[in-house]
Amino acid sequence: MHNEMEVRFLSLSGNEALARAVAVSFAAQMNPGIEELSDIRTAVSEAVTNAIIHGYNQDRDRVVTMQMEIEDELLTVIVKDEGCGIGDVALARKPFYTSKPELERSGMGFSVMEAFMDSVDVQSALGCGTTVTMRKRIRHAD
Amino acid sequence: MELNAQKRGARLSVQLSGELDHHSAEQTRIMLDTLLRDVTVHELVLDLSGMTFMDSAGIGVILGRFRKLSMRGGRMIVRGMNASVDRLFQMSGIYAIVEKQ
Repeated sequence: MHNEMEVRFLSLSGNEALARAVAVSFAAQMNPGIEELSDIRTAVSEAVTNAIIHGYNQDRDRVVTMQMEIEDELLTVIVKDEGCGIGDVALARKPFYTSKPELERSGMGFSVMEAFMDSVDVQSALGCGTTVTMRKRIRHAD
Repeated sequence: MELNAQKRGARLSVQLSGELDHHSAEQTRIMLDTLLRDVTVHELVLDLSGMTFMDSAGIGVILGRFRKLSMRGGRMIVRGMNASVDRLFQMSGIYAIVEKQ
């Protein structure tokens, strides 16, 4: 099976729930288990939240793009922003590291994505934005 | 996010229901901090059985409240985690400081 979709939405925190709902709806056609769906929902939430808080520094009029692709049993989710970019990706991915401690963030965003998806790739350039590509192989529900 | 609180002695029991993400974190933080202004509270029990979603923003909220309580010598207990919240808590190491009931 092959399928693709793309959604674009403004960098409003209220759209985090929208992105989760869209991601779960699209992935549902792969007949995933409840736990797999929950993993996708949480990982998407982390990636979109990062785009809004860090990529766009909570500016409310920028655009976040989420692309999803199904290729047989492989699900790919790409979350893209055209914001400030990450200077040190390796540091940003470290558990408990946060560039915004004043926001009471846990610094667990990338760790959660890594734990809940099979692979997480981060491409970022200062001033150009960040693209997070997450992949997960879906084992069909019983 | 909906919040239902009940106080008995030094124990404050709070039932959270709904979604706890970055969007709802600020409101949740303000509501909990308002309750914690009562300095007689030394034990905060968070019942999460009504939570439909939580990501790492929720961990930030819980850790922040834990810090407040521990500064006054208090403690925090969480209960009612579903499987995915429990996994999130385990990987964040939160159970080392917050008691699981």
